[in-house]
Amino acid sequence: MKLNRKYKIRTDNLSFWYGERQALFNNSLDIEANKITAIIGPSGCGKSTHLRVYNRIFELYRGQKAEGKILLDGENILDEDVDLLDLRRRIGMIFQKPTPFPMSVFDNVAYPLKLHYKLKGSELEARVEAALKGASLWDEVKDSLGKNGLALSGGQQQRLSIARAIAAEPEVLLMDEPTSAIDPIATAKIEELMDSLRERFTIVIVTHNMQQAARISDTTAFFYRGRIVEVGDTKDFFNNPKDPLTQDYLSVKFKK
Amino acid sequence: MIRRSTLPRRIADSLFKITSAVSSSLGLLIMIIIVSTILYYGASMLSIEFLTSPSKPYGEAGAGIANAILGTLLITFGAALIALPPAMAAGIYLAEYGRDSKLASILRFTGNVLMGIPSVVVGIFVYALVVVTFGRFSGFAGSVALAFLMFPVVMRTTEDMLRMVNDSLRESVLALGETRSRGTLKVIFRAARGGILTGVLLALARVSGETAPLLFTALFADSWPTSYFSGPTASLPVLITDYTMNSPFEAMHRAGWGAAFVIAAIILAVNLVSRYYAEKEKL
Repeated sequence: MKLNRKYKIRTDNLSFWYGERQALFNNSLDIEANKITAIIGPSGCGKSTHLRVYNRIFELYRGQKAEGKILLDGENILDEDVDLLDLRRRIGMIFQKPTPFPMSVFDNVAYPLKLHYKLKGSELEARVEAALKGASLWDEVKDSLGKNGLALSGGQQQRLSIARAIAAEPEVLLMDEPTSAIDPIATAKIEELMDSLRERFTIVIVTHNMQQAARISDTTAFFYRGRIVEVGDTKDFFNNPKDPLTQDYLSVKFKK
Repeated sequence: MIRRSTLPRRIADSLFKITSAVSSSLGLLIMIIIVSTILYYGASMLSIEFLTSPSKPYGEAGAGIANAILGTLLITFGAALIALPPAMAAGIYLAEYGRDSKLASILRFTGNVLMGIPSVVVGIFVYALVVVTFGRFSGFAGSVALAFLMFPVVMRTTEDMLRMVNDSLRESVLALGETRSRGTLKVIFRAARGGILTGVLLALARVSGETAPLLFTALFADSWPTSYFSGPTASLPVLITDYTMNSPFEAMHRAGWGAAFVIAAIILAVNLVSRYYAEKEKL
């Protein structure tokens, strides 16, 4: 059964250090194409750290170091000569806090389009509209595209961040606790949105919210102290956790 | 039983409140005294002629301060042109690239020292550096001196304002596949521009009132500031010093007050404008 699955990303033996402190230990994880993979685990277990290696965003900071292999369609993105700008065009990211740029809604979404495709005029407008529709934000902002992105509500700002991330048509979307800073209704909207995005993108989401992982993901991976304890099809994972650690974690979390 | 607050505690509390309230109103009071004094002596001088005629030699009638106003504007903006690009670039380096590096901490320390150097010392230094080298006093030399005073302030403000921008914004620009330099200029700098602009305007207002550095560099001239690069150039602070300290004529003393009023008004206006921008950018 496993044989006919198509993997977009295969992580092999990934370890990670913050300076002297090792945060990830020999992570190996396969991310299926056009599916949602959820990464769960307690605070500080390394789930965000793991995700932040996929687009090498951690390199913004001094002293952080990754070892191992992450194969994107078979090619190792940790190779030194990888063009980071192109890598990040192919792998988009959504962060915990919405991050609208200090410019209009339109310019926010147009930013990556101008950057990677040098689009202008009506073509640019069409792509911006498509991205905003893709992020289920179009109806709310179509009459105020000139409004500053920072003036939107929290939930709208996060959908704007998603629109910006999908505008340049990446292949993979990384989501680092995308709903932890917004209210439940906005969260529901974004979960709904993710369901529709799955057809076009391979999604990896880090979440501290078990129920969210159970609701939206196809595969779930459980991290504990920098190690991957268990990976499985989401239904299976939550119904029949195999590892005692996973069983403990799930029972404690769900009983509360 | 609910315990009641004791009398000594309440007295101590209100004493503290009163002391801090009085102290803070002291600051306001000083401000009011200064402004009203300048108004009292200076406002009566204001006339179209005073504001549009150049200054004249001691005792001549029909003198104004227009050349000094223009000279101050020229010298100050010249200083801004010289200081802003490198100071902002240095601020960007400190906030975005250097951060905790050795070079950054040296640069920061140097900036702090430079900020503490008395302006008269900067004046003498620029006198030796520019005036002696070119063999003449000039408005440009004045700009160089003021630029030295502006540089550390603007560098510091730029760094502080950029640092206030959350790292998540930096990450999200880079995550789109943007380069560090363009992301900094197009997004991060933009996010901080209100604060940076405010800092720049305040620094401009501050140095535009400096006197000592200009005495050694721009000097003064009773003529329109047409020889900014080649000759002495009038400015308001030097005019005020000269008229009120060196002149025996009552009329010039009053003209000095008038000039004091004008420069105070200009600086107040710049402060208000920078406040306006700071508020507007806050959102």
